[in-house]
Amino acid sequence: MTVQNLQLLLQAPIFNVQLLLDGMWIGAVFALAAIGMALVWGVMNIINVSQGEFVMLGGFITVWAMEQGLHPLFGIPLAAVALFVLGWLLYRLVIWRIVEADMFTSLLATFGISIMLQQLMNTVFGADVRTAESGLGISFLFGGAITVPQIKALSFVLSFAIGLALWLFLKKARLGQAIRATAQNARAARILGIDTDRVYAATYAINAALCGAAGALVVMAWSIHPYMGLPYTLRSFMIVITAGLGNLAGVIAAGLGLGVAEQFAGFLLGAEFQLAFVFLLLVVVLVARQIALARKRQYLK
Amino acid sequence: MNRKTAHIIALLALLALGLALPWIAPAHLSQLSKLWLFLVMAFGWDLLGGQAGYNSFGNIVFFGIGMYAALALQVGLYYPVAEYTAAKGGGTEFVFTARQIYTGLALGIPFGGLVAMFSAVIFGGLLLGMRGHYFAIATLGLAVAAAELAAGWDYIGAGSGMVAPTLPDAVNGTRLFYYLSFGLAALALLFFSWLYSTRFRLAINAIRDDEDKAEAMGHYTVRHKMMAWAISALFTGLAGAIYGNLSRFIDPHDIAFNAEVGVWMILMAILGGKGTFWGPVIGAIVFFGAKELFWTWLLGWQRVALGVLIVIIVVFFPRGIVGWVRERWPRLFIEPEPDEEALDDTAPPMAGGKGEASHA
Amino acid sequence: MPELQPADQPLLDVRHVTKRFGGVVANHDISLSVERGTIVGLIGPNGSGKTTLFNSIVGYHPIDAGEIWFGGQEISRYRVDHIARMGLLRTFQQTRIFGEMTCLENMLVSLPEAQRTMLDLFGKGRRRDRARAAELLEFVGLHSKRHHRAGSLSFGQQKLLEFAMALMSEPEMLLLDEPTAGINPTLINGLVDRLRRANAELGITLLVIEHNMRVIMNMAEYIYCLAHGELLAAGPPEEIRNDARVIDAYLGAS
Repeated sequence: MTVQNLQLLLQAPIFNVQLLLDGMWIGAVFALAAIGMALVWGVMNIINVSQGEFVMLGGFITVWAMEQGLHPLFGIPLAAVALFVLGWLLYRLVIWRIVEADMFTSLLATFGISIMLQQLMNTVFGADVRTAESGLGISFLFGGAITVPQIKALSFVLSFAIGLALWLFLKKARLGQAIRATAQNARAARILGIDTDRVYAATYAINAALCGAAGALVVMAWSIHPYMGLPYTLRSFMIVITAGLGNLAGVIAAGLGLGVAEQFAGFLLGAEFQLAFVFLLLVVVLVARQIALARKRQYLK
Repeated sequence: MNRKTAHIIALLALLALGLALPWIAPAHLSQLSKLWLFLVMAFGWDLLGGQAGYNSFGNIVFFGIGMYAALALQVGLYYPVAEYTAAKGGGTEFVFTARQIYTGLALGIPFGGLVAMFSAVIFGGLLLGMRGHYFAIATLGLAVAAAELAAGWDYIGAGSGMVAPTLPDAVNGTRLFYYLSFGLAALALLFFSWLYSTRFRLAINAIRDDEDKAEAMGHYTVRHKMMAWAISALFTGLAGAIYGNLSRFIDPHDIAFNAEVGVWMILMAILGGKGTFWGPVIGAIVFFGAKELFWTWLLGWQRVALGVLIVIIVVFFPRGIVGWVRERWPRLFIEPEPDEEALDDTAPPMAGGKGEASHA
Repeated sequence: MPELQPADQPLLDVRHVTKRFGGVVANHDISLSVERGTIVGLIGPNGSGKTTLFNSIVGYHPIDAGEIWFGGQEISRYRVDHIARMGLLRTFQQTRIFGEMTCLENMLVSLPEAQRTMLDLFGKGRRRDRARAAELLEFVGLHSKRHHRAGSLSFGQQKLLEFAMALMSEPEMLLLDEPTAGINPTLINGLVDRLRRANAELGITLLVIEHNMRVIMNMAEYIYCLAHGELLAAGPPEEIRNDARVIDAYLGAS
């Protein structure tokens, strides 16, 4: 199978373009979730293991909105707001207690949250794979050889739009600047009068909102399921450590790159091994990083 | 009574209880078997996490490897595995004699443990150079990758999993597996009791407390880490091998490489008290009890309750039950060993130091 | 440890070592040597690269140029634990001990690894080792605290513990990073005395980073002074004490 598919790619370059595009559409969403993770990690030193569950939840809220008669595209702002509120609540209940704690604690605590959310979604929304029909059609390029579901292209554009909005917010808005200041040096920020507690709450909530919006895009252009969150979490992590915490362009590039790599892997190895590829890639990236650092007698910190 | 005696008495009491349970609570043997296996898994994790400071989120990978390796051998000794897993009945139509069952177990379980240990050596070379959360997530990645790979591998049943060899009537599975589970737990209790009294324990504690310092002192940190990792994998793999038989059926996502179960191992150790001997024991018992309660009374919400429990433990009781006891009654823990007392009597100021160093 | 070097070679010979961090040159073309059995001082204002030099010597990071010779072997490519097993140990400025273990356990875990076998590792520790541990704890005055968690000790006591642990490892040479910093002044004499005795009675060669001029001038036989990552001056204490450049460096830095 693999060899045949590889030959197919080599003989018919057009397939590569298809995979490339497919990868970029989803890659943009990966990048969006990764930006959120980088935000929380950089500002609060917390790796949010429930990142994927936030994404899934955003999708389920969109599905619910659709069932209430709204067009799923409204799910984007709706999910963003709903997840923002959830994020804020989670911060006030749990996260504020672990901001000063070590990474291990935050990994476990957010893992606990992810388990909770998984079953909540399962119980409330059911255990089926869901998708939301956006009603957009399919475009064809290169005389029909390339198919581009319009929702995917739209999702790509929207991902960038949201990312841009976030970037502007961080640069121009006062709260955004406060967030950046806290990320650089929390103590100094406090001395300058910044309420770091609010900054943390806002950061966590914004991350949740980003994931919610991403989830809305995912459910429209692809699909969601209560237990499909962990791959998104691990993808975000992989993207962030590949690109580096402060590197926005790097995150976008890595996100797109991962999306593309996944498409090729899925095509060559078979769809059932696509996730295996993603997870193994995570391990490979970490090991490669580790080996590179070991040359300088350092280690991943 | 000093600590050592108390420890031995508690250990013997626990072992005696374990032996007696088939007569005390015969209806719950299956569940109790799982409890013993959980105990072993908690020990396995704690050796690496609590003692050596390498918090693995993916120790479940050894559980699953041990499980699949054992079952594959148990079947493979007598029938072609590929045929077995491809069979419509899920393998139930293949007949095993009692002799074959026993031989299969006798060879399969150790085999499972050894394959797990062997794979640990290979993974360890790649992963043990990382620290902290990178190590944690790398191990998690490994575990979920294993789940996906197993789910795609037809030889071992792919997504449908594998059925354990059907037991003939002559074999009382419940009792058999109880004694296997308890046996492994007893082995673990005795082994770790011994291991934690050796200098090896100090060496890996040193890695946990300050790995750079341990290196700066010339310790063979790589070697020590690898040993802890391998022992952890061995016991976890053995537990997996027995669990696979106990549950009669294994599959990649829910039973063999279940990332959530992997986190349970961490929880048990933390709940009981990370880095202690009795911590994993107490933690396993309490956690198991809580889990049974949730699954029985809160079905449909049991994982939500579990998630809440996780958050509560991690945030409010990071030092666990043993840690809490240690804080309330510190005197219980500073008592010296008996042979040290003899030495102390011979060490009055000999070297003529300039007196005690008071708080500087 | 088999000694392959002739007796007149210095035990530690640092030759033209340069270390950069990104754009910053922390050590530039530094050369120094320490004769066996001596006490040598390393001084210089804050930020002059003393600790970086220590880190380079013990293998904490690779160096960009130069060579480091210890006991007749070039060690700049070796890893930290290998160098430590060769008998070159260091203490840390921020005093690192194993906080969760008792003082006695900290000592037992400091047994020289190079002489241990696997069987030793899985034993309980020989009586002789425990006796020596107790003896060394007595030497630094921590005998009464031997069963206490090392993390519960005061900063000064931890420093002494770290020193005792270093002695337990039977090093050929010990690099001490500011051994008297943070110690109650009334106890400094006691510490200096112990350092001298470790050198005189146990034959341990010492290279000491110090800010306390009184201490280092009295203790060292030879002193190197660093400033801005370079070697500024070298000589016996009497010369260094009066060296205008050294005085300038300290005054300029403050």
